[in-house]
Amino acid sequence: MSQKPKIKLAIYWGAACGGCCVSVLDVHEKLFDVVAAADLVFWPIALDFKYKDVEAMADDYIDVTLYNGAVRNSENEHIAKLLRKKTKILVAYGSCAHMGGIPGLGNFSDRKGIFDRAYQTSESTVNEEKIRPQTETEMAEGTLTLPEFYNDVKTLDQVVDVDYYLPGCPPQTERLVEVFMAIVTGAELPPKGSVVGALEKTLCDECEREKTDEKVIKEFKRPWEIEDDGKTCFLEQGVICMGPATRGGCGARCIKGNAPCRGCYGPSSAATDPGAKMMSAIATMIDSDDPEEIESILDQVVDPAGTFYRFSLPGSIIRKTIG
Amino acid sequence: MEFEPKIVSFLCNWCSYTGADLAGTSRMKYASNIRVIRVMCSGRVDPTFVLKSFREGADGVLICGCHPGDCHYHEGNYKCLRRYHFLKKYMAQMGINPDRLKLAWISASEGKEFAHLADEMAETIKSLGPCKVKDEMEIFD
Repeated sequence: MSQKPKIKLAIYWGAACGGCCVSVLDVHEKLFDVVAAADLVFWPIALDFKYKDVEAMADDYIDVTLYNGAVRNSENEHIAKLLRKKTKILVAYGSCAHMGGIPGLGNFSDRKGIFDRAYQTSESTVNEEKIRPQTETEMAEGTLTLPEFYNDVKTLDQVVDVDYYLPGCPPQTERLVEVFMAIVTGAELPPKGSVVGALEKTLCDECEREKTDEKVIKEFKRPWEIEDDGKTCFLEQGVICMGPATRGGCGARCIKGNAPCRGCYGPSSAATDPGAKMMSAIATMIDSDDPEEIESILDQVVDPAGTFYRFSLPGSIIRKTIG
Repeated sequence: MEFEPKIVSFLCNWCSYTGADLAGTSRMKYASNIRVIRVMCSGRVDPTFVLKSFREGADGVLICGCHPGDCHYHEGNYKCLRRYHFLKKYMAQMGINPDRLKLAWISASEGKEFAHLADEMAETIKSLGPCKVKDEMEIFD
């Protein structure tokens, strides 16, 4: 194995929480297999490389880049474009790069709304001079700069060309190792644009909870309102579970921890818009034909947009609110 | 020039499309803003179709199905009704006026009602003005 030339691997975080980078570290002792087969050439969370080191690389110098995080500001976009130029295979790693993820919920507001809340109206803020972050500030020592905060959050593929998507918040580490080993061993890779490290079908397909064919919902409940028996399908117990509209492959981690699915793996291969699919699926289960009763049952779902697009707002059909 | 809205209409094969056809064969006049797409059942109208219509430039979406109890597939129109309520709620959250989406029941004999509905829908959308979804979604700033 050591005779083979090592592949060059880069990992970068855009607008992310750091969980994706930790999921890479979660390979534990398999890390030895990874470093035996790959040289890490850029990884801000763990290694001291600078942006100028990447800028100095030849085009296509890096074999694989795992880009996690959404594109929230000009720095995220700049590095995404830089890494695209320097990389042969660019992977959108994790929910944020794939469909926008949690930072993507920022698209329910805009720059002004977010700045006003964060720097003015939040309960713990005192800001009488109404100071807002500036991209450039003149100081005695010279000009200080900050990246520009964009008006909306973008997915990685709305900014650069992406080769593969590896979904999850964070992706299952085992899936990452499988995909990585496939690249290293030179196995035949799926067509460009594929979602890798996940199933084609929905989570329900691999979920072990007991399901009946006749799902009916008369009342929606919050998880704390039910006494979960640990066996019955969450939806059949009236708890919203994103399983029917979410791609499987995560190993039903949340379900095994007795929590309903929140949809981090994005829509299955058969669907384009997870929220629309979920509205469609849930509507089928509501046990009423009376318009008024239907409306009162649906009113129990307080925030359909936030619930059904929790991880996917910037990557969905209506990707932000209309001002 | 007066604003002429584009209204995408999903009509069920068994009742509403036949109803619209009756309006045509009876030579009734109605607003030409309606663009008809025939589907086998109003229950076939996936919320994705509605959102995609708006994303691609529709100013309004009209869904017509059989009257309650008359569905050719027993309960497709009820499923449509539930999805419709969900969609309205979602549209309001996203800043799209829920009045841009309408669901109505049209039977095969209701040509006149369909013509009236088409005119009414065109008027509603005209008063709301052009839908901004398509333009806004194309702005990445």
